[in-house]
Amino acid sequence: MISAKISHYLESFGAWLLALIWAGPLLYAAWAAFHPPAYIANFDLFAPLTLDNFRTAWNTAPFARYFLNSFAYVSMTLAGQFFLCTLAAFAFARFSFPGRDIAFMLVLVQLMIMPDQLIVKNYELMSRLNLVDTTTAISLPYMASAFGTFLLRQTFKQIPRELEEAARVEGAGWLRVLWSVYVPLGKPTYIAYGLVSVSHHWNNFLWPLVITNSVDTRPLTVGLAIFGAPESGVNFAIITAGTLIAVAPLLIAFLLFQRQFVQSFMRSGIK
Amino acid sequence: MYRVSNQVYGWLLFFPAAVMFFLFTHFPILATLKASFFSTPRGARPARFVGLENYRVMFDDPVFWKVLGNNFIFAAGTIPLSIGLALLMAVWVNGKLSGRSIVRTAYFTPTVLPMIAVANIWLFFYTPQIGLLDGLTGLLGFPSRNWLGEPSTVMSCLIVMTIWKEAGFFMIFYLAALQSISPELQDAGRIEGAGRWYFFRRVTWPLLMPTTVFILFNAVINAFKLVDHLFIMTKGGPNNASSLLLYYIYEVAFSFWDTAYASTLTMALLAVLAVLALSQFVYLERRTHYQ
Repeated sequence: MISAKISHYLESFGAWLLALIWAGPLLYAAWAAFHPPAYIANFDLFAPLTLDNFRTAWNTAPFARYFLNSFAYVSMTLAGQFFLCTLAAFAFARFSFPGRDIAFMLVLVQLMIMPDQLIVKNYELMSRLNLVDTTTAISLPYMASAFGTFLLRQTFKQIPRELEEAARVEGAGWLRVLWSVYVPLGKPTYIAYGLVSVSHHWNNFLWPLVITNSVDTRPLTVGLAIFGAPESGVNFAIITAGTLIAVAPLLIAFLLFQRQFVQSFMRSGIK
Repeated sequence: MYRVSNQVYGWLLFFPAAVMFFLFTHFPILATLKASFFSTPRGARPARFVGLENYRVMFDDPVFWKVLGNNFIFAAGTIPLSIGLALLMAVWVNGKLSGRSIVRTAYFTPTVLPMIAVANIWLFFYTPQIGLLDGLTGLLGFPSRNWLGEPSTVMSCLIVMTIWKEAGFFMIFYLAALQSISPELQDAGRIEGAGRWYFFRRVTWPLLMPTTVFILFNAVINAFKLVDHLFIMTKGGPNNASSLLLYYIYEVAFSFWDTAYASTLTMALLAVLAVLALSQFVYLERRTHYQ
């Protein structure tokens, strides 16, 4: 019994130690951002607090513009995903059409091969469509999402057919059935998928880097990469301040809605 | 009549997504395959068919092998450790622990940060002289090192950082799986006098197997996709010691503008992914067979 107690304490200690290690880098970055650059390398509990780093960072790079760009790209992507994936998922869940199974397999290919790996040809396609350096070009490749289609299809399949038949008897067409039966009942899945999609695209980097080349379209991640590049000559205190500015919206949302966030990741299964 | 219109309806619903899937996934795959058999068009000179020439170049390209090897080292370094830690974290935050939700937040938070932000922060830890890591080793009396500038240490540094970023994400799936294991099993085990470790090895771990396979699948694909940090921390250097396949593709395509060769490299990446996915699929099939 005593040994059980000791092992319980040991485990708690281990869990907390690991938590400290895991929170460390971010806490340290926050500490650095709020103190004058001179204190970066020597940790001093009584170092004066300052907001200068944030002020300098905000004035060094057009963060407001980057925020706006990220916001536009993420919401455009999400709207497209909801629309396209809902229709496709409904087709796969409730209709049998010739070639359905092959079509579904072809959709699932995208779980493994994302547009990020096809940057060369997707870039060429965008330049042929004259879309390079537009928000549309950042969004388009992600709008039809295999993950979203799969997730919504699973949800729709679980909805009892009787509900849909009742609506059909009332004389509702298929789109009406989809809109007033399936979509409302799929709400938890939409929220889960929405959170996963927003955090994924807010953090996305490689494709936006390739396809954007001006301040007017660059999302936060790309802006941050240019800002934090060693050759930009900005010091670390200012870089951490800029980094915190960039991650703030998602981080604050996460800390506030932690439970929902974590549950949405759990529910969403595959990413 | 009803059946026919129903079939048409199904296709109509799928059609918009189908066009997009085709445009941005299937067409690029086919176009990449085609481009890998042609030379890169330059100015007025159009692409011409070169057969397997690009592949021959690739097989003779030491950088390709270096980068491919790096990618496997990166996978081997990050996957087992992050999955192991994820399991440990999940077990801890699933059990009786004071301040459980704070601990869970600490584990999961790195997951919500963009890799670019993570790289910005960790870059400082690895900076020689003023960095945190040098500070720590300095206390122990070791000389200062250029952690990201030396081929012998750079990969380990990136692996440690990636584990920090990813473990919390995998933890969530283990946590979900652990919570779905019925408490009666635990009670039954206790009555039978099974120790905790024995119970974990014989009951929990086998029950977690599907989750582990699922996480493994994600982790493997991720390991061949994660390159964001290279843009900030090393640019693949020193001397390609930290470069990964996708980063090399980016460089060849957008720094050297050799799109044909980049396409060939992309085919290699897709082949690796396909082999990994298929082998896991076969493994899964075999497992479900015995159930």
